[in-house]
Amino acid sequence: MVSIEVQGASVDFPIFDAKNRSLKKSVLGRAGGRITDAKVPVVEALRDIDLSLKQGDRVGLVGHNGAGKSTLLRLLAGIYEPTRGRARIRGRVAPVFDLAVGMDPEISGLENILIRGLFLGMTRREMERRVDEIAEFTELGDYLRMPLRTYSTGMRVRLALGVVTSIDPEILILDEGIGAVDAAFLEKARDRLRDLVSRSGMLVFASHSDEFLVELCDTAIWMDTGEIKEQGTLREVVSHYKGRDLFETLSPETLARIGATTPTDERVHP
Amino acid sequence: MAVPALARPGADEPTGDDAAGPDMHGASPRSWRRAFGDIRQAIAQRELWGHLGWQDIKQRYRRSTIGPLWITISMAVTAAALGGLYSQLFGQPIGTFMPYVTVGFMIWYFISACVLEGTETFIANEGLIRFLPAPLMIYVFRTVWRQVLFFAHNVVVYAVVLVIFFGQLDEPYRMGTKETAVLHPGLSWAALLAIPAFVVIVFNGLWVTLLFGIIATRFRDIPPVVSSFMQLFFTMTPIIWTPDLLAGGAPGSTKAYVEQLARLNPFYHFIEIFRAPLVGQVQSWTHWAVVGVITVVGWTLALVALRNYRSRVAYWV
Repeated sequence: MVSIEVQGASVDFPIFDAKNRSLKKSVLGRAGGRITDAKVPVVEALRDIDLSLKQGDRVGLVGHNGAGKSTLLRLLAGIYEPTRGRARIRGRVAPVFDLAVGMDPEISGLENILIRGLFLGMTRREMERRVDEIAEFTELGDYLRMPLRTYSTGMRVRLALGVVTSIDPEILILDEGIGAVDAAFLEKARDRLRDLVSRSGMLVFASHSDEFLVELCDTAIWMDTGEIKEQGTLREVVSHYKGRDLFETLSPETLARIGATTPTDERVHP
Repeated sequence: MAVPALARPGADEPTGDDAAGPDMHGASPRSWRRAFGDIRQAIAQRELWGHLGWQDIKQRYRRSTIGPLWITISMAVTAAALGGLYSQLFGQPIGTFMPYVTVGFMIWYFISACVLEGTETFIANEGLIRFLPAPLMIYVFRTVWRQVLFFAHNVVVYAVVLVIFFGQLDEPYRMGTKETAVLHPGLSWAALLAIPAFVVIVFNGLWVTLLFGIIATRFRDIPPVVSSFMQLFFTMTPIIWTPDLLAGGAPGSTKAYVEQLARLNPFYHFIEIFRAPLVGQVQSWTHWAVVGVITVVGWTLALVALRNYRSRVAYWV
């Protein structure tokens, strides 16, 4: 059963500046007098997060820059284990964060696909079977044989999305970076992502784009200064966050596509 | 819902423990179960670090015509130059001294790279650690595997040296200037002992990389400190000189004192278990004993560090 349970979780980052990120303070500090402010300053990136996500959830994360969205995503991906509280993640996680990272710019797209897949728990054989499918989905063609440094941002997004969606993850975690792709590809990706979520999974997606959120999510979490400020249906939360109705600014096509005719956000997509 | 058969990247999360129930006991980041789970999962993902290790080597020689052959060539040049020079300085026959220096260098390169690159393991993989959930041990295995591959390239040099000097190595010989120096038996089937010796050394490379990697990630002064100590150890370890030259000093003399000091050097014992069989020298069991103790103590420390700081590394990088 795919689920994420987070209870009272906090994420505190110790900030080691050049001075105290060394033995000098620990060693000399102990030998000399006690320096009270010798403690490492801490940034509380997340405070007391309680969250319970289950299969089929499609959650959008909204909030200002620095509100803790990315940190929360990394907590949910299992990259950061909470400093206090607990987080339990059940299911195969596939995160897509900063697109430049975790990909080697000097090696070809194909090799990057393989490495990314291996990181996500696939075997080499399984990835070799999927390469054609990924190549087709990403529409990168011969570019896949080129070093990744020759790719545009949008092409990298295609590659990353191609990999994570091809491996059938149970928990898909997307950071805002995916906004770099063109509209046509987005449509294709959207269908695939929806398909994926409806099959087996869970999606957590941080974005500033209303369109993206509406297309992919049905509930939302509003993060503010490291805490969950509000959690509820997408329309409610985003409307409170933006101070205006979410559906106001959307194009009629988008609204029609998501079938949002009722004032609530409860809907069944086609 | 069926539990997926695939290894799960949520390495740090308890996975196969649904019996633990919703009370989440044992979910503390500092537990032995998670530490061993990390190791177990990293072993399961050997295709990943295996590939990354190869990638590291190919990457270093990308666009060079002869590629990784450069590793072998540079080793050969070092062995020939230093072996030739020091055999003359110490008045040693080149036929026995050259293989001695070659094997010493081969294994020293491996050990010192494990220590030096070990301190950089997590720092160098910062991007991956912060963006992909994976067991920490993946990076440890990647670093050590890369060194094993380098080592394999250097074995070629030993093979060539062996072919050239087999005649001299095959019979009993002495190193050192006096008639009283130890008589080495020459090459025999005992050379095969080098295989278990290398396995033990690799096994030690893993704990060194893990432990030093964790400490260095937290305290960034460690890598430069370690690298200056390694310079010192290179000089103190019998690689381009031989303890036979020190042997036979009068008790209380500087020479006897230095000989004692050499025995306190842990690297000496590691080098000796590998080198002695390959160049047909007398081997004392004390080297194996010292290496055994270091292996146990080192792994214990490294496992404690893994248990306590595994979840902190992502915060520190």
